[in-house]
Amino acid sequence: MEKDTHFILGVYDDEDVLLQAVEKVRSTGVKIHEVFTPYPVHGLEDVLGYKRSRLPIAAFLFGILGTSLAMTMQFYMMRFDWPMIIGGKDYAAFPDFIPVGFEMTVLLAAFGMVGVFMISSNLKPWAQPRIFDERSSDDKHIMAIDLANNSTMEEEKIREILASSGATEINKKSFE
Amino acid sequence: MQVTSSVRQPLITGGKTYHDVTHDVSRQVEGKPSMLWFLAFLTAAGVLALGSIALIATLWEGIGMWGLNKTVGWAWDITNFVWWVGIGHAGTLISAVLLLFRQKWRTSINRAAEAMTIFAVICAAMFPVIHMGRPWLGAYWALPLPNTFGSLWVNFNSPLLWDVFAISTYFSVSLVFWYIGLIPDFATIRDRATGLRKTIYGALSFGWDGAAKTWMRYESVSLILAGLATPLVLSVHTIVSFDFATSVIPGWHTTIFPPYFVAGAIFSGFAMVLTLMIITRKVFKLEDYITIGHIELMNIVIIITGSIVGIAYITEFFIAWYSGVEAEQYAFINRATGPYWWAYWSMMTCNVISPQLFWIKKIRTSIIATFILSLVVNIGMWFERFVIIVTSLHRDYLPSSWAMFYPTWADVGVYLFTFGLFFTLFFLFAKFFPVINMAEVKSVLKSSSEKVHK
Repeated sequence: MEKDTHFILGVYDDEDVLLQAVEKVRSTGVKIHEVFTPYPVHGLEDVLGYKRSRLPIAAFLFGILGTSLAMTMQFYMMRFDWPMIIGGKDYAAFPDFIPVGFEMTVLLAAFGMVGVFMISSNLKPWAQPRIFDERSSDDKHIMAIDLANNSTMEEEKIREILASSGATEINKKSFE
Repeated sequence: MQVTSSVRQPLITGGKTYHDVTHDVSRQVEGKPSMLWFLAFLTAAGVLALGSIALIATLWEGIGMWGLNKTVGWAWDITNFVWWVGIGHAGTLISAVLLLFRQKWRTSINRAAEAMTIFAVICAAMFPVIHMGRPWLGAYWALPLPNTFGSLWVNFNSPLLWDVFAISTYFSVSLVFWYIGLIPDFATIRDRATGLRKTIYGALSFGWDGAAKTWMRYESVSLILAGLATPLVLSVHTIVSFDFATSVIPGWHTTIFPPYFVAGAIFSGFAMVLTLMIITRKVFKLEDYITIGHIELMNIVIIITGSIVGIAYITEFFIAWYSGVEAEQYAFINRATGPYWWAYWSMMTCNVISPQLFWIKKIRTSIIATFILSLVVNIGMWFERFVIIVTSLHRDYLPSSWAMFYPTWADVGVYLFTFGLFFTLFFLFAKFFPVINMAEVKSVLKSSSEKVHK
C-alpha cells in the first residue's frame, strides 16, 4: 500500500448495543468501514445496509450444471457410446440415472458455492488479513471507521459519536 | 455476562462469558496433552497397528483370507461398511437438519459429531475398497473411466455404483461443511497464539477476519449447505439400502428398506455421538457446554429412531407372512429360529427393547446409563446388519448349498483396523482442533436482550 491508513475503532461488549450503535453512528453520517464480530450477529448486515448475498444463486447455477453433467455423462455412456443390455433394461434407463444425477447436483452446488464464497471473501491459506483488534475473534465487537473516508468530519467528533453510542473503548489503529 | 431468559433454560450452564467460551475450548488446543489423552491415543494407535497386520495379509493374499464362501459372499465386510456409514449419519444430521429446524442446542455437539461422521465414512469406505481384492485397479470399477476389464464404462444401472457417488459426495460435502465451520475458530486460536502455532492456525484459518460481510456470506453458505446436506444424508443410506433392496434375495427385496435404514443410521449415529461426547466432556472438562440437557435431547432422538426401527422389524415380519411368498416367509422364520437365532434376538433386545428404557427420565438423564445404553445400541445395530446380510444369504434357494459363515482372524483384524483408525483420527482431532464450535456457542449464549430492552 502506498500510504498509511488510519482507523478509529469502537469496541463494543454487547451485540444488542452494537446493533443500536451501528444505526446511531450511520445516522450521524459517519461511514463505517466494517464491523468485526466474534460470531455472526443477526441483523448486523441489515443495519449496515449490506445487500443480501447472491451466493444462493451461485449454488443454484452450479447445481444445474451438476445435474446436466451427470445426465449427459450417463446418457452418453449408457445409450450412445457403448450400449449394453443389462438386466433387460432399456439402454437409456432414466430412473436409474436419478441417484447419480442427484449426487452430482449436490456435489457441484456445494463445491461451487463454497468456491465462490472463498474467492469473494478472499479466504485462502496464504491470506494476510488486517487484524484490527485481536479480541474481535474472542469477545469484542469492533467497529472500524476509516478516517480517509470521513475527511469531512473531525476525528474528535467521531470519537464523541462512538462514545455516546455505547462503545466501551475507543482506539486508533494505523496500517502501513 | 450471560443473560438468561425467564422462559428458556440456558443452553450453556455455569454463567460463562464469551471469553470463558474461547478460553475453555482453546486451552485444549494450546495446552500440553494430558496423560489420559496420551494413553487413549497410544491405545488407538496400537489397535491400528495390530489391525493393519490383518489388512496387509488381506491385501497380500486376497480376500480368501476372509471367512466368505460360495453361499455367503457378503458378511463382515459389508456389515462393517453399513455399520460405519450408519454411524456417519449423525454428524450431518445434527449440523444440517437441526440447523434447518433451528435447534440451537446442536451448537455444542455439531463440531465433534461432524468430525465423527467424516472419520466413520473413511472407515466405511475401507471395506468396499478392500473387498475389490485388487484395490489398485479400483478406480476402473468405481469411476467412469473407460477400461477393458469388463464393459467399457461403469454400469450406471447398479446401486453399487450409485453408492460410490453417494458416499464420495457425502464425504466431501461433509468435509467442506465441517471445515467452513472450523475457519472462524481457527482464527480465534490464531489470534491467541504466537510463533509457529500462529503460522499454522493462521494458514488453517484462511485469513478469516470476522468482518460482518464475511459473516453474512458465511451464514448464507451454512444455510445452503445445510439445505443440500439434508436430502444428501437421507439419500446416502437410502442408496446403501438399495444395494440390498434391488436384489432378489428373500429378506432383502423389500420396499421398506430406505426409511428403515435411514432411521437405523440416525439411531446408531446418535448412540456413537453419545459414547464419544460423554468421554470428551469428561476428559476435557466441558460439562458446562455438553450438559445433561444435551444428553437428554439426544436420548429422545434415540427413543424415536429406535421405535421406528422396532416398528420396521415387526412390519418386515408381518409383510413376509402377508406376501404369501414362501421363500420370504422362510427367510424371516429362519432369522428368528434358525442357526443365527442368537444374532436376531441380540438385535431385537439391543435395538428395540433397550432404548425404550429412555422413557424413564431418571435413565435418560443419567450419564452412566446413557453411556452403557449407547454401547448397547451400537452392538445392536451391528447385529442388525449382520442379521440382514448373513441370515438372508446363508440359506439360499438351493438347500444343497446352504452354509454357515465363520469369521477368520483377518475378518476380525480388518474390523479392528477400522476401530484403530477411527479412534486415532478422533483423538488427533480432539487434541488439535477446537472440539466445540466456539463461534456458534457464543451466538447462543444470550437467551434474551435485557441490556437494551430494560
